[in-house]
Amino acid sequence: MRITQGTFSFLPELTDEQIKKQVKYCLDQNYAVNIEYTDDPHPRNTYWEMWGLPMFDLKDPAGVLMEINECRKTYPNHYIRVGAFDSERGTESLRISFIVNRPSHEPGFRLERTETDGRCIRYTAHSYARLSEPRGADK
Amino acid sequence: MPKVISASDRYKAGVLEYKQMGYWEPDYQPKDTDLICVFRITPQSGVDPDEAAAAVAGESSTATWTVVWTDRLTACELYRAKAYRVDPVPNSEDQYFAYIAYDLDLFEPGSIANMTASIIGNVFGFKALKCLRLEDMRIPVAYMKTFQGPASGIIVERERLEKYGRPLLGATVKPKLGLSGRNYGRVVYEALKGGLDFTKDDENINSQPFMHWRDRFLYCMEAVNRAQVMSGEVKGHYLNVTAATMEDMYERAEFAKSLGSVIVMIDLVVGYTAIQSMAKWARGNDMILHLHRAGHGTYTRQKSHGISFRVIGKWMRMAGVDHIHAGTVVGKLEGDPRTVAGIYDVLRETYNPKNLEHGIFFDQDWASLNKTMPVASGGIHAGQMHQLVHYLGEDVVLQFGGGTIGHPMGIEAGATANRVALETMILARNEGKDYINEGPEILQQAAKSCKPLQAALDTWKDITFNYESTDTPDFVPVATAVA
Repeated sequence: MRITQGTFSFLPELTDEQIKKQVKYCLDQNYAVNIEYTDDPHPRNTYWEMWGLPMFDLKDPAGVLMEINECRKTYPNHYIRVGAFDSERGTESLRISFIVNRPSHEPGFRLERTETDGRCIRYTAHSYARLSEPRGADK
Repeated sequence: MPKVISASDRYKAGVLEYKQMGYWEPDYQPKDTDLICVFRITPQSGVDPDEAAAAVAGESSTATWTVVWTDRLTACELYRAKAYRVDPVPNSEDQYFAYIAYDLDLFEPGSIANMTASIIGNVFGFKALKCLRLEDMRIPVAYMKTFQGPASGIIVERERLEKYGRPLLGATVKPKLGLSGRNYGRVVYEALKGGLDFTKDDENINSQPFMHWRDRFLYCMEAVNRAQVMSGEVKGHYLNVTAATMEDMYERAEFAKSLGSVIVMIDLVVGYTAIQSMAKWARGNDMILHLHRAGHGTYTRQKSHGISFRVIGKWMRMAGVDHIHAGTVVGKLEGDPRTVAGIYDVLRETYNPKNLEHGIFFDQDWASLNKTMPVASGGIHAGQMHQLVHYLGEDVVLQFGGGTIGHPMGIEAGATANRVALETMILARNEGKDYINEGPEILQQAAKSCKPLQAALDTWKDITFNYESTDTPDFVPVATAVA
């Protein structure tokens, strides 16, 4: 399966040149760009591992791309995403978040149903990635 | 200037002009804590505009048709609303903008019902006026702070959904009436799996013989959860909990919560108090609250009489809804571009500067209330994506009902076409392309690697709704969006 989290997941994989243009857009808006990675893309896994701190003072998209490529080299089979934070009052949150690396095989999720009262069902999604490697696979 | 009369004359039994009763004060300087309204008034022929404005001030605050001595037991000067300015409406012969200030103590804290019972109460049936329209309202920060505001708000909604950087996508399940629960859930599943973030009950889907509410909720949540694991994204279906009584609405909302829904929905016709109750419930239960504006067209559309939708937008943000239908500009429903821009600003900005060209008559500080997400729904399709992004921006839900479900290759393909068109346009915008003018080519280029988008563009290429708008700002030449 293909996980479609992120701003551009329905498009063909972005080239480095395209990534650079998006990063430039973010820097032009004064957003702080950061890089995160994980092996568990569960839709409610909010906190992916940080690849360093958000790059608050960086002005050159090439520098961000260098960091992305370092992260890719270290975790070629992880999901890697680029986010951009806007510190302006009234936002103070992410303004964009897009995937720049995926594992060669995306195992996806299993849906578990627990039948409860009446016809009600409690749903739980399990990441297949975590089922096969349950402990600390981020390390 | 009104004649100044002594208190003993003022309170003689009988009927006085409203101006003489103290409701017309042209020298009045509104206080920071005053609530200010601007009404469009059309006096009956022969009625002086200043007197008509004073009458509106009187009838929407303390006055009755005759003098009452019991006024003298109160600090009545304070409680009288004060008409302080009357301007002729540009390009109109018999209409005037009347500015009226109300003291903060006229209103119960945090109650839309109380505020509106004065401001749009008896006064709207007052005989001395042919027509009356509430155009805009400045809510003082002191009063604003007594309202909860949106239960979740745009920022928290995006964080909960983990969706950033683009408008959200939705679709209303069609046909709106007649599907069984099982068939209804099929539409939800296909649309969400295809790439939409949300699907939606229509305003009149509650609990009818063809599909009772529990059945709908159960099948829809099966569909939502299946789509989540098929995409790895958080998805939602606006479960409409509108019902005959608050007890029924709470019961339905609780059931939606127990099934794990991230969002519930109500209709504007449930009334202001019910809306505030549901907003309070939503804040207490981590729920996003969607509001369908069913019924508003009966009083917002005509310029001469009623309430401008920008005012309804303000009240609904204060009342605490997270989503509200607010116009598409290019779709099938009423929506002049500048008027819609004004409404979107009211919902999304932290501070609105006065902007007469967009119908905003006052500076408005939102006092840190959350932002409400506008929803664009009604006759829009993938081929208009460049215009939608241009007119409506990023913080908006674009809802393609027919534009998803009517796709020739099926619902999933329809959803994919919309999502690809949207992501393509955002990518192009961020890259600095002239996406408004190059929009059609950008979409055609993207369609080369996306058959569903090509089919959507081919099917709906010439569909536009170019009718003249009725609700337009008075301070600029009228313009309607051109496709």
